[in-house]
Amino acid sequence: MSNHSHTHGSAHGEEHPLVGHLVPFWILFSTAAALLVLTVITVAVRYIDLGEANIYVAIGVAGVKATLVGLFFMHLKWDRPFNQLTLVGSIVFVVLLMLFTALDSKQYEATLVVGNPEGVQTELGQKAPNAPIAKQAPQLR
Amino acid sequence: MTAIDSHSHDHAHGDDHGHGHSEYPFLAHHFESPAQQFDSAKLGMWVFLATEVLFFGALFAMYVLMRAKEPLVFSHASQYLDTIMGGINTCVLILSSLTMAMAVRFAQTSKKGPLVLCLFLTFLGACGFLVIKYFEYTHKFEANLKWGPSFYQPVVDDNGHVVGAPSASPEAAAAVAPVAGGPTVNPLLNKPLAAEQSAIRPAQVGPAGVASGEQAASAHGEHGHGGAEDAHAKHEAALGHVFDPNLPVNTHRFFGIYYCMTGLHGIHVIVGMFLIGWITLRAMRGEFNSKYYTPVDLVGLYWHIVDLIWIFLFPLFYLIH
Repeated sequence: MSNHSHTHGSAHGEEHPLVGHLVPFWILFSTAAALLVLTVITVAVRYIDLGEANIYVAIGVAGVKATLVGLFFMHLKWDRPFNQLTLVGSIVFVVLLMLFTALDSKQYEATLVVGNPEGVQTELGQKAPNAPIAKQAPQLR
Repeated sequence: MTAIDSHSHDHAHGDDHGHGHSEYPFLAHHFESPAQQFDSAKLGMWVFLATEVLFFGALFAMYVLMRAKEPLVFSHASQYLDTIMGGINTCVLILSSLTMAMAVRFAQTSKKGPLVLCLFLTFLGACGFLVIKYFEYTHKFEANLKWGPSFYQPVVDDNGHVVGAPSASPEAAAAVAPVAGGPTVNPLLNKPLAAEQSAIRPAQVGPAGVASGEQAASAHGEHGHGGAEDAHAKHEAALGHVFDPNLPVNTHRFFGIYYCMTGLHGIHVIVGMFLIGWITLRAMRGEFNSKYYTPVDLVGLYWHIVDLIWIFLFPLFYLIH
């Protein structure tokens, strides 16, 4: 029934919980230390020009940090596989959502009429007269 | 944990099922064992956390589309966010996650004193995060970095006087010489303007709390804030943002999604504070021990996911090169 098979040496001599997993302090502290170091790294990378790679490094570091939080702070390393699947599954579906919306976002570009409809443009002119207008609707010219 | 599981298993069978688990007063009658109750609660929490991931995921998807459409807006506007404050907030959340994880461990080992202390420290971390966020938001508002149409509105003080208005037409701006002495600085970034930007009228360096002392003083000197001047400024107001007319078109969209996502995250922090406060009170009453600590564990999971979402928000908004 249970996949809790891991017992840590540091837990000896301490009261055991009836359920769940006891994570030793050194793992908690090293996780926090790693997270802080990674935060410093990701801030430092902001000031280095890697071109396209900057965003991927930032997302990669964030992914590593999120994995550390999930595995050790949230006990997922020792948790039931179904709970692990729940989190991973939700992330997979978020990525799917992003991919499909991104695929679709340029689909209707060719048929778009440039600029705002007249009513919207009138509304904008009243509410945000100072806003710069990127493209003007042809009928307003 | 095999030993513990079999231990509870024995009890579940030894007890007259469903009638008074005297050894486990916390065990609801529809659960066979503490392990089953714990696993059910935990599964429920994970399903809830999955919905949270999807909830924020939709906003992240919106972020991806907006950034793909207007990458320059994002890279330029990101400079206006305070990396130091954001970085400190990241560290505050990581440390409060650590104290939360320690709290769970102290609850698991029936250590009431350290448990209450760790929960209190976690609560303090949440307070610290919100205080820093409050200062960040306040600075943005003083600099008129808002969402929607108000991004391009003139800034009006308490008496209705215009203290800063969007830039005049490029010709008018060029006609006014920069402030004598010292380079003209961008008041929002506190660094010298690029050559083509140095013709910005000093009136734009308004005393709205964003200019350095000298700049603000010289701006006062050249432009009084009389009624006629204000009316003139309002009339002359043209395209652009109050303090930086060279902001790319549609910069307000960056701030729109910034407030949307960090604001929603902030609401989660406030909810977390209530939850942590609640389990702190229960911990002080001595309700948690090695046999029963489920609420501490689940609130801990919630708090970690709040941290986890911030881990992604921070680089995506503050750290755009």
